Amino acid sequence: MKKQSESHLQSRLVKASSYSRRRFLAVTTTLGATVAASPIDLWAGEARELGAPLRPYGERSPFERASRVSLRPGPLSGTGSTETPLQDLYGIVTPSSLHYERHHSGVPTINPDKHEVLIHGLVERPLVFTMAELKRLPSVSRIHFLECSGNSASEYQGEPGINPQQTAGLLSCSEWTGVLLSTLLREVGVKPNARWILAEGADASRNARSIPLGKAMDDVLIAYGQNGEAVRPEQGYPVRLVVPGWEGNINVKWLQRLHLIDQPAMTRDEAADYTDLLTNGKSWQFSFVMEAKSIVTRPAGGQHLAGPGLYEITGLAWSGRARVAAVEVSTDAGRNWRRVELQQPNLKNAVVRFRLPWNWDGNEAVIGSRCIDETGYVQPTHAEIIASRGKHARFHYNGIKWWRLQTSGELTNA
Amino acid sequence: MREEILLPLALCVLAGTNLAAQSKGAQLGRIPSAAEMKQRDITVLPGGSGLPDGGGTAADGEAVYQDRCASCHGQNGEGKPDGPQLIGGVGTLASENPVKTVGSYWPFATSVWDYIHRAMPHDQPGSLSADQTYAVTAFLLYRNGIIRPEDAMTKQTLPKVHMPNRDGFVPDARPDLGKRTPTSQPQK
Repeated sequence: MKKQSESHLQSRLVKASSYSRRRFLAVTTTLGATVAASPIDLWAGEARELGAPLRPYGERSPFERASRVSLRPGPLSGTGSTETPLQDLYGIVTPSSLHYERHHSGVPTINPDKHEVLIHGLVERPLVFTMAELKRLPSVSRIHFLECSGNSASEYQGEPGINPQQTAGLLSCSEWTGVLLSTLLREVGVKPNARWILAEGADASRNARSIPLGKAMDDVLIAYGQNGEAVRPEQGYPVRLVVPGWEGNINVKWLQRLHLIDQPAMTRDEAADYTDLLTNGKSWQFSFVMEAKSIVTRPAGGQHLAGPGLYEITGLAWSGRARVAAVEVSTDAGRNWRRVELQQPNLKNAVVRFRLPWNWDGNEAVIGSRCIDETGYVQPTHAEIIASRGKHARFHYNGIKWWRLQTSGELTNA
Repeated sequence: MREEILLPLALCVLAGTNLAAQSKGAQLGRIPSAAEMKQRDITVLPGGSGLPDGGGTAADGEAVYQDRCASCHGQNGEGKPDGPQLIGGVGTLASENPVKTVGSYWPFATSVWDYIHRAMPHDQPGSLSADQTYAVTAFLLYRNGIIRPEDAMTKQTLPKVHMPNRDGFVPDARPDLGKRTPTSQPQK
């Protein structure tokens, strides 16, 4: 059977190749005739060079420059973050090469053939899964955003970044493919007294977070695919958690262990870090959800408009609590709001792109957007956030972002 | 030809099948040995479960701290560009300049042990022994005024340590904002 199809394929290839050759000759002859008949030699000096050859793995055009930048490089090797160039993106999917990074102890190099995920603790049958076994289980693909809970943290202090990347670039969105955690949990059998799952990475610092069992059974993914190929090393290769709509840190990368327990483990990242200090000295703990937020990415800070005329106002909106119901845009610092078109698909726990054709009259404008989700939540203003939480909360900032367009066409923070 | 038709059909049926509903489950995965699980399980809970045998005092920990921690966190835990402040800051959380340290902010002593064990020192996590980890934890707790110099930290004593900010955490109160107000109505 195999041999037959191979020889069939070969004969088809031969036919195709001889067809191409005949067609090529025919075209050449026609061109030759045209040139010979023309009184002016239109083609002289226009010999064209062949383009680049085939290649096994594609690269973008050398003219493209969009890059991650590190606004806050960590003091030590392996720490810190890089931000996604939101102002350069189209659509809703972040190219894997531009997905934001946040690491606590560097990116480990993991051989997938030797990597295993242990599920143990309050279960009927503790099990160890190889990557090959994980890939045999029923899989799903879902588009979800990831946002670091520290995204836009500098806005609390009134020191925003100069452009969308630097002020909100700890946000990316990918199509993730993998196994629902609920599928794995059914395999091991969850004991009645289990309430939380400690998820642990294989990075040097064994980064670990506790996840409530309800969320784990709902929509959490163990993902090995990102945008159609294997998850990138910076994003958790060979396998990571995707916890839809919840702060980035809990989406544990390089997943190696899931421990079912009856209480949260109170690791540093949930007991001390990633908590929100309020003005009264108390702190919110287990503040998981990333609330409704949006940002205009064009025209935006760091850009320059050539002059009055037609532009497209566009940006991204998202909410970790419910689907985005609407996005409103203002060009006069919030005196008037217009509901704008949402590009489909508009998926729960994914970013949605919004667009508004806009005719700039050349006067100063203050441009911003606000997201409303299906719970009715309206993205708050900076002043409302500071009034409620103070300026030391550091995490979960989701205030309306304004860009000032000057008559010169320059755009800056408003 | 027959296989070509049947295979997609079979896949459709399989995809629609709940694995849990199958009497045998997926039957994938290996059952780990007790020894393997013990070796991989580094979870420590606030009540002390998971803490190993061993122990150490602040005096034991000072030498380890100066050797392995001080280069990033400062000789007195005051913090440096490479590592956050670990000591001090009690009473500052509600002020204009809150200082979050092990002493002023962390609610559980077990979290300190667990984090040092998981992640420290930054350039060589996992290189401290259980005794050294207890000792460094004791040193940090002592220098924050939480335990006495002679108090040995062990799997029995560490969970009993009461951290100053133990009651400083409240559940996430969001949505604290986001209600539509008359001024936030969109104009048509």
